[in-house]
Amino acid sequence: MSEYVLEMTGVCKAFPGVKALDNVELKLRPGKVHALMGENGAGKSTLMKCMFGIYKMDQGQILMDGQPVTISDPMDALSKGIAMVHQELQPIPARTVGENIFLGRYPMKKALGFIPMVDHAKMYADTANLLKRVRMNFDPKQKVGELSVSQMQSVEIAKAVSANCRVLILDEPTSSLTANEVEALFRIIEDLKAEGVAIVYISHKMDEILRIADEVSIMRDGKYIGTWEAGELTTEKIITRMVGRELTNLYPKRENTPGEVVFEVKDFTSINPRSFRNVSFQLRKGEILGVGGLVGAQRTELMEGLFGIRSHTTGQIFYKGKELTITRPKDAIDQGVAMLTEDRRGSGIMGVLSVADNISIASLNRYLDHGCFINGKKVEQLVQDNVQKMNIKTPSSKTLIKSLSGGNQQKVLVGRWLANNPDVLILDEPTRGIDVGAKYEIYCIIADLAKEGKSIIMISSEMSELIGMSDRIMVMCDGRVTGFVEGNEATQENIMTYATQFE
Amino acid sequence: MEATKQAGFGKKLVKIVTRNPIVFLLLIAAIVVGCLVENFFSWANLTNLLSNTAIRFLIALGVSGCLITKGTDLSAGRQVGFAAVIAGIMCQRGDYNGRLWKFLPEMNIGLVFVVVVIFGVIWGMINGFIVTKLHVPPFIATLGTQTIIYGISLVISDAQPIGGFQKIYTTLINGRIGNVKGFHLPYLLFVAAVFGIVFWFIYNKMRFGKYMYAIGGNDVAAEVSGVNTTRTLMRIYTTAGIMYAVAGYLLAAKSGGASASMGQGYELEAIAGCTIGGVSTTGGIGTVPGILIGVLVFELLKIILQFLGVNPYYNYVVQGLVIVLAVSLDIRKYIAKK
Repeated sequence: MSEYVLEMTGVCKAFPGVKALDNVELKLRPGKVHALMGENGAGKSTLMKCMFGIYKMDQGQILMDGQPVTISDPMDALSKGIAMVHQELQPIPARTVGENIFLGRYPMKKALGFIPMVDHAKMYADTANLLKRVRMNFDPKQKVGELSVSQMQSVEIAKAVSANCRVLILDEPTSSLTANEVEALFRIIEDLKAEGVAIVYISHKMDEILRIADEVSIMRDGKYIGTWEAGELTTEKIITRMVGRELTNLYPKRENTPGEVVFEVKDFTSINPRSFRNVSFQLRKGEILGVGGLVGAQRTELMEGLFGIRSHTTGQIFYKGKELTITRPKDAIDQGVAMLTEDRRGSGIMGVLSVADNISIASLNRYLDHGCFINGKKVEQLVQDNVQKMNIKTPSSKTLIKSLSGGNQQKVLVGRWLANNPDVLILDEPTRGIDVGAKYEIYCIIADLAKEGKSIIMISSEMSELIGMSDRIMVMCDGRVTGFVEGNEATQENIMTYATQFE
Repeated sequence: MEATKQAGFGKKLVKIVTRNPIVFLLLIAAIVVGCLVENFFSWANLTNLLSNTAIRFLIALGVSGCLITKGTDLSAGRQVGFAAVIAGIMCQRGDYNGRLWKFLPEMNIGLVFVVVVIFGVIWGMINGFIVTKLHVPPFIATLGTQTIIYGISLVISDAQPIGGFQKIYTTLINGRIGNVKGFHLPYLLFVAAVFGIVFWFIYNKMRFGKYMYAIGGNDVAAEVSGVNTTRTLMRIYTTAGIMYAVAGYLLAAKSGGASASMGQGYELEAIAGCTIGGVSTTGGIGTVPGILIGVLVFELLKIILQFLGVNPYYNYVVQGLVIVLAVSLDIRKYIAKK
């Protein structure tokens, strides 16, 4: 009997033009949490997709209990006891919890002895048991669309558990959870460990890794770097191995000096009673105002409200003393406000269009000849300026943006906004899903912009980023602004105190 | 060096062929048919092909904006029919006994053109309003309006064929220049060329075009980037209406008569032409030259079937198959990348 429940050795996988995996190995022990770490593009997801049968390996071997197996597709993986909870959940919102869990393998019964029918009673009874196992107590007949993100995730985990899995892959499971929900998830993980399930845990969050992982494997550029006992590691050691160099400074030195108040919001309230309400704040010239809070604090909603993506009932916005009327993003843009949205793929990039089209779309008025024809040379100049200034890696300005990495896409989007020369920039999670190196570059860009006198509002869910980059931090909880913290006095503790001031 | 260059060219050619399989399959079919059937490679046939293509191209240009923004316009054919009916009625001779609108004096055909285009604008704006303000999916919205428009055409024309056009109307539009062994350059070709060039400029050099591609690429991102998506979509459907009106006006004169059923099914031909020519049903992709090739190839298919002496009823079967094939091949490009 092997000491490992599952081993992958010598795994190679190439895509046209890139070697995504180069002789990678991964060995999972039963009842242990195995963290898999690496920058974006290091090959973690590719490796998991090979294990789960979504991709076929070019070379390499998978052993389960020491016996070689082949996994042809996800159904095959499930039947062998491998389950995966994807980073982006894909439930069917209009169907019930039970139907989602048993999708594709509904318990059947024979009505009148011969008509095959779904056995709903059994399905919901089983669902209730499964939910109990993952410490959730909502109704199995509830529609999944009515659940919160963390509850949906629990449903996914319950689904994995229901397949009697022996290996469970969790891909960035906490990226949209609140602190309490993370605790609940960790309890579930502890339960599963006790049952002998091997868990692969993919995350960028160091504190989580150090807390729950037993072993850590690190990958870089498609190569396997090594596996260590979690106890031997520190944040610095992990980062050094992930990026392959010493990272001395996580954040650039800022040289901006906040000046007079340029932007002011008074008593801003959403049309949705559960969203932001009575928000007032001021923003100074050349200031970086961080916005902290738990997921669900309505920070994004507030900013989208200010930018005209969402509607508000009462409230005023002043820019240099003049009141602004904003009903759609165009109004805000015309007044010199820009907003980098949180969901890069959903509301940022236009994937099938070129880098040039993506970078120029918000500022086309600036490149017109005779007020009507777009001057291609001016657009090309814009692209080249940005490529140089921000070190954007793209083969050409005609390359489709979807083929760039997340960090480079983000830089293109920053370029899109800077082309309009805005005075107020709202950045919503500007470094989400970007690897460590590119993050630092984005921080430098933000610091430079503040130095030039631009006023910046930055929403971030990463505490260290908030503390490291902000002159002042506005903390929200449940739709209200609960407090402000000066950047040099900010600590995780005082931010969390404000962030958890529920009414 | 020379060898590698040639290899590179060969690779490029293979790439072009594999990306546009239907275009090349039909070109090969045309060559085969041309060698087997007499008169296929004739100047008269070429004239015929080009003037058929010209009008279909105008309609396809109209619908292309809707397709590029992930919408569609099923009312295209019925709008063409409506325009043909209105143009036909208003262009009837003053001394023609069967005149429908006897209260009208004999109209100047230029004025008729303006009136027909105004109706096109109205239909387009109605479609645009339903899609952008009432938020009805374009497929359903235009499915509804096409029925409405057909009904109105039937009422106006009293379901009768309309004839007795002024001579200047039919001769002008069927006019052509040159005569080389039976090959003429029809005026229609120039009309199509002018619109093609105008659309190329709009799609590539103007804000409107860039906004259109942006909405097709990601409508939320476009709105967030300051594109007034409502206004842009409104303009797209209105522009489409104008193109159908122009096509209907020309079609009535070309056929020498009009009826409410004119233009039936043209929306599907136009959508098929666009798709064969590389306009993607997933949005954000499509070029004017591509649309031209797509329409041309689809017309070529029809002529091939005609020359092969296929029972005309089978034409529909073959055309339908080509449409399904074209879209399935288009979709495959995106599936394969996953």
